[in-house]
Amino acid sequence: MAVVAVGQQQGAARPSSARHGQHHLQSLAFLVPGAILLLAIVIWPAIATIRYSFYNGSATKLVGLSNYKSLFSTADTLIALRNNVIWVVVFPFIVTVIGLVFAVLSERIRWATAFKTVIFLPIVFSVTASSLVFTQIFQLDPHVGVLNAIVQTVDEWFNPPGAYPLSAGQTAASLATSGVVAGPHGSLLSSKTVRAGETLRMGLTGVDPSTLSVLGARPARASSRAAGSITGLVWRDFSISNPSDITGIYPDEDGFPNLRLALLGPSGASVATTSTNAFGQFHFSNVAPGLFRVQIEASNFQPGFSGTFWLGPQSLTPTSNLSQTAQALLSVPLIDISMILAYLWIWAGFTMVVVAAGLAALDREVVEASHVDGATEWQTFRLVTIPMLAPVLTVVFVTMVINVLKIFDIVINLGIDSSQPGGQSSTLASDVYYLGFGGGVHTGLASALAVILFVLVVPAMLFNLKRISGR
Amino acid sequence: MTTTAIPEVAGPRAVSQTSSKMRRFLGRLRPSRMAINIVLGAIALFWLVPTISMLIISFRPAGLFEISGWWKVFTAPTQLTLQNYKELFTGGSSTALGGGVPSGLAPGSVLDSLRTSIEISVPATILVTLISSLTAYSIVFGRWRGRNAVFLTIVGLMVVPLQVALIPVADLYRDMGSLTGWNPFGTITGVVIFHVAFGLPFGVFLMRNFFTGIPTALIEAGRIDGAGEWTLFRRVVVPLGIAAAASLAIFQFIWVWNDLLVALVFLGGDPHVPLTLFLYDQERTLAANFWIISTGSMVSIVVPLIVFLAFQRHFVRGMLAGAVK
Repeated sequence: MAVVAVGQQQGAARPSSARHGQHHLQSLAFLVPGAILLLAIVIWPAIATIRYSFYNGSATKLVGLSNYKSLFSTADTLIALRNNVIWVVVFPFIVTVIGLVFAVLSERIRWATAFKTVIFLPIVFSVTASSLVFTQIFQLDPHVGVLNAIVQTVDEWFNPPGAYPLSAGQTAASLATSGVVAGPHGSLLSSKTVRAGETLRMGLTGVDPSTLSVLGARPARASSRAAGSITGLVWRDFSISNPSDITGIYPDEDGFPNLRLALLGPSGASVATTSTNAFGQFHFSNVAPGLFRVQIEASNFQPGFSGTFWLGPQSLTPTSNLSQTAQALLSVPLIDISMILAYLWIWAGFTMVVVAAGLAALDREVVEASHVDGATEWQTFRLVTIPMLAPVLTVVFVTMVINVLKIFDIVINLGIDSSQPGGQSSTLASDVYYLGFGGGVHTGLASALAVILFVLVVPAMLFNLKRISGR
Repeated sequence: MTTTAIPEVAGPRAVSQTSSKMRRFLGRLRPSRMAINIVLGAIALFWLVPTISMLIISFRPAGLFEISGWWKVFTAPTQLTLQNYKELFTGGSSTALGGGVPSGLAPGSVLDSLRTSIEISVPATILVTLISSLTAYSIVFGRWRGRNAVFLTIVGLMVVPLQVALIPVADLYRDMGSLTGWNPFGTITGVVIFHVAFGLPFGVFLMRNFFTGIPTALIEAGRIDGAGEWTLFRRVVVPLGIAAAASLAIFQFIWVWNDLLVALVFLGGDPHVPLTLFLYDQERTLAANFWIISTGSMVSIVVPLIVFLAFQRHFVRGMLAGAVK
């Protein structure tokens, strides 16, 4: 970067030794403020932390390796380590690939600068502010959280909810009061069998009156018999005026409109379907001889999508039969994935910009030559561009590994209830904070965790040193 | 720095040689070019959704938050209001539109946090830029032995997690308090010192890389003419290095402005906290009052947003130079 265009002044004579010594001291003095700060606030404290890690909770008594032993024998640290592993395995790779794709594609558009600014912008926001935005995006209630609103829309496209969606914990069978019994697969069946010319009454309850009024329900009316037909009524079998009578029909009892019904033949197979009217009445005509039952189909009670708890601790991997240690190690909580999505939004701009700078520095003639030689776009990308970009991609990847090893801000903001030590989204860095400063302070354990974090960063440090000293 | 060489521009000769093939090639590409425009347009819109949602929530009446999603604003655009901003800045009043939901904020707390953020970020930025430049000058133009070792040590420090230093530095600050009567723990100064120290490795790295591009002969000539090191630093190196210093300063400013951890450790529980900590506290205590927290988030991003848009190129250059922090 930035080679300064200044006239070379070659051939200057060496300064006299006296002056030289003076310059020597002065330039050494320039080092003093930086050296003091680095020694006092970075280097010495890092060493002190290593020392503290062998002391007890209040840093008064040497306890040897017991902090490390207790860290590795509790599930809390294993959970934090597991989360760090999830972050390191998933995030750097994906964010590097996204950055590469964005950088390559944006070379093809005229509005690349605008595109890059849009993608890059989130880096400028604090992770705290971004986390607050994502808390809303991930809200459980589909009325508030846009992600669940989208999932709801798609879900209801494929699984339309019934007219009488069950609320949480409710079963279709619990709605039955009179003349109805539980049927197969969450449906309801008339308790009596009927033949043509007979009529049925099926009483249900446990449905909100407002649900009925929205559907245009009218006061229930008993069906009259009709020759060759099976008729009947499905109604809200609960009267405020006569709460104890569960068979009579009262004026304050509404019919169940729009219920999908099926007529089941003697073999149990459906022979006809119909729906109830506003009074709750139904009518199967031209019924063959024999005994039938009326089924209220399960689809009437199909509940709608009520939201995924994106920031919840539920595991994406099945771990219910495992021991506590194995659970701590092997579960992948959904909140980790949600946080990674939010973090991708924040950091993709960074990887894109660095990779784009790398692309701009590539020797275009090589790329063009491969086109001229008949390579396809994909071949050129895979066999020419990627290998030439490899050093840049490595730097980006390592930078992101370091970043997520220290992952903290997004964890304590998005995992506000699950980032405490032992919480499903806790990480090494969040544990260091909580154990060191967040109540129940244990200097020894917090320091041991910080040392573990430091050790994990050492390979990245060596990578940087090798890269920078080599040029 | 590996990534910033200026791209080779193909000469006219190369273009004419390959133009027919290129034209055929581009012809094959044209439909996919349109597809790329569409895909990237969709991605850009998608990327804007979180920011736009925060913006809209901050302008919607508080009472609507629980009832309908922010995207409903596109079907009912008249419902926008400045009430949340009034509420945020005046605080305490419980007369918000749409149902009078009390925000639970202390009066003036946002303004106080805004001031605290500035009081932390500005000195930390100036000090990091100045001290990094001095250190880098000494490493590049000094004549003492072991300069390279010192530089590599500093490069090594770039990735040290600041968690490693929190507990001992907190102790150090308290010890200073009992020895000298002045305890930086819980003060803005304490936070600034910590930020400056942890900003130095990157700052020195960036400035040193820039200074190595300045011909040593220029400095030597100045020395022969009798200029002191301070004069050379001020009159020669600083004017030449101002672009790099700007990159560093903007990068550092946004970094410090957005910090949560250091503020949380050294200022947690203090009445004067920076915006990030203010938001974090609000989120924990008023988790349901998202409209007011969204409004606070908008306030918190305004300053870095202005700085970024004004000095975008410098910021990106700083980020590219040290793609290692």
